[in-house]
Amino acid sequence: MTQGLAADVIVVGAGIIGAACAQALARRGLDVLVLDAGLPGATAAGMGHLLVLDDNPAELALSQYSLQRWRDIARNLPEGCAYRSNGTLWLAANAEEMAVAEHKHANLRAHGVICQLVGAPRLCEREPLLREGLEGGLLIEDDGILYAPATARWMLDQPRIRQRQARVAEVDGARVRLDDGQWLAATAVVLANGIQATELCPELPIQPKKGHLLITDRYPGQVTHTLVELGYVTSAHNASGPSAACNIQPRPTGQLFIGASRQFGTTDPQVEGWMLARMLKRATEYVPALAQLNAIRAWTGFRAASPDGLPLVGQHPQRPGLWLAVGHEGLGVTTAPATADLLVAQLFDEHPPLAAQAYLPQRFLGEPTHA
Amino acid sequence: MSAHADVLIIGAGPAGLNAALAAAPSGARIVLLDDNPWPGGQIWRAGPQASVPAQAQRLREHVGALNNVQHHPQTRVIAATGPRQLLVEDAERGWLIDYDTLILCTGARELLLPFPGWTLPGVTGAGGLQALVKGGLPVRDQRVVIAGSGPLLLASAATARHNGAQVVGVAEQATRGAVAGFAAQLPRWPNKLLQAFGLFDRHYRTDSHVVEALGTERLEGVRLRQHGKLVELACERLACGFGLIPNSQLGQALGCTLHGQALAVDAWQATSEPGLFAAGECTGFGGSELALVEGTIAGLAAVGDRQGAARHWPQRARWQGFAKALNHAFALAPQLKQLARPDTLVCRCEDVPYSKLAGQRDWREAKLSSRCGMGACQGRVCGAAAQHLFGWQPSAPRPPFSPARIETLLCLDDTPPA
Repeated sequence: MTQGLAADVIVVGAGIIGAACAQALARRGLDVLVLDAGLPGATAAGMGHLLVLDDNPAELALSQYSLQRWRDIARNLPEGCAYRSNGTLWLAANAEEMAVAEHKHANLRAHGVICQLVGAPRLCEREPLLREGLEGGLLIEDDGILYAPATARWMLDQPRIRQRQARVAEVDGARVRLDDGQWLAATAVVLANGIQATELCPELPIQPKKGHLLITDRYPGQVTHTLVELGYVTSAHNASGPSAACNIQPRPTGQLFIGASRQFGTTDPQVEGWMLARMLKRATEYVPALAQLNAIRAWTGFRAASPDGLPLVGQHPQRPGLWLAVGHEGLGVTTAPATADLLVAQLFDEHPPLAAQAYLPQRFLGEPTHA
Repeated sequence: MSAHADVLIIGAGPAGLNAALAAAPSGARIVLLDDNPWPGGQIWRAGPQASVPAQAQRLREHVGALNNVQHHPQTRVIAATGPRQLLVEDAERGWLIDYDTLILCTGARELLLPFPGWTLPGVTGAGGLQALVKGGLPVRDQRVVIAGSGPLLLASAATARHNGAQVVGVAEQATRGAVAGFAAQLPRWPNKLLQAFGLFDRHYRTDSHVVEALGTERLEGVRLRQHGKLVELACERLACGFGLIPNSQLGQALGCTLHGQALAVDAWQATSEPGLFAAGECTGFGGSELALVEGTIAGLAAVGDRQGAARHWPQRARWQGFAKALNHAFALAPQLKQLARPDTLVCRCEDVPYSKLAGQRDWREAKLSSRCGMGACQGRVCGAAAQHLFGWQPSAPRPPFSPARIETLLCLDDTPPA
């Protein structure tokens, strides 16, 4: 570590993205200081769903590479991180959605993702609680789940990583000012604080998208795969108003997560009854038996969404020394290892494991003003 | 389905019953919701082995006979669905209730502090054992030790003894001086003095607290520290409670200001929220007499009879004096925070040991890192213990306030507010 510096790299944010970046940097021999404001973030609020998404080639490349990395990492994950490779079953309610499933199937297969179409008769064999009359589904076998808060903690538990609870009030290239006025300098600062990033960099095109989640009591063995409706793709990405889609995930405890909702233009963390109702209505349309289960808790969180749904990973073009790893929307847990690898490769000026272009901050912030 | 109440009362213990009784002559439509199968709250809990005092019996019959009071047993509040509307659930259905005025009489629950062996079968709370015995649990010829703090210990011992148990020890953590000082004040409240005589147990020991519950598969005995010395008693049951904590969560969710852990109220039993009153143990621990008079004041104030309500102030002041003396005498000793060992479970729903919690920053961090309080009881037990042990403030509850059928949550209106 260079004299007078707080660390080689300062990472702002101790969620799954900050943790994955810090771990990757520490493993390259750098001393890392992680600053965490202790604010509620998406890592603690989310489902921890690890899934391949293919709305566009860049999203597919990022999620597919990252899932491969998770499978490697999973070998060392402690039990508390609750990693399971339980697969995602995408549900088609009608012929139109089945056509989407078939298209998705062909595309994923062409890229080497293991998946299979499931016809209506086989659907209920795989998931007996699904209602009758669904058109079919697409099973992506290598998708998984994990408990992200525990995983982030595990990633940060490294000899070269120091953690400090502190709120950053200002970033200036490779140094930060804490809210108590103290300046800390490093050779690089990595901004990985999700929706809070715009407080430090107002120019970032990141919007909070509110989500609700609910968890049931323990009902082991009722649901095996993460069940997601194919309408999810439409409602998640094309809507501008509030929307809800069926997303049911079995936890290793036997509990069920029930999601998912999206709301724009709000930062109020309250659980809203009308949205809860809308979300649960959607879920019970696919799994009617849910109606008789006990819900024990509901909460909300905010996804940090960029305009094109892809994260911003790389050096800030106008603020040399400041590196960005933000804007992951609902895919932060899935794409954390890929984000960390992309960031480290750029920091070390190495050849990245996948083409970095689509994720560079330049696409929103313009070309570098520095040499 | 939805219903309307002019006055909605949550909780049918002494405070709730008296609130209904006081408000009824106004002719208001009153709805009384309660979690339990029978009215009476924790103190007058009904059941096959329960003997309910005559006063309680009369009050229950009185309220039951009122035409304008509708009683819904085994009903829980699930969510606040809008201004002056709640979503509730019973064993069969969920429905919405609109109200003009709300009176919270949500009572208190036992503070259970973790100590080695407290999760063994045979160990319960002090009030917990009393409720189980009243509900029909056989204890005949069983050896029972009661430990913890407060007058509930003697009441629990009396119930157990009345049902044939052999009470081999009652361990009160407060000092002899504190208990004697309290007893010396009892003549100010003569019926309390008589109650205390009736309940007195020759195995009652002050300066005594539980150290460990012993046994492998189930409870075989208990190790106590009595006046500094360790003693062991063989027993089949240990009932251990460290006083009561107000059930203020619903009030908190509705925006009411807290005073310590209790709901803050003014002279009219009105909370900080307009149209929302509170009475009984949810406003602070004080016993059934205080709860009764607070219920009366709240019931009268809720229907606008301030003159009538004010007439009960002197009586309330009298029982507030008792409550103050009580809370002062049975304040918990600091060493009770040291009972747990690193491997002692604090959260029984999620099997979280003490060592996973010590050193955490706050309740939120502790929950996220250890899953403490995230199980079926949603921190009702371990949240209060953690607050006592570590000083962590639990977060305001979110809907569903209690575990609820998803079907019930589907009763919520799904149109966004304009």
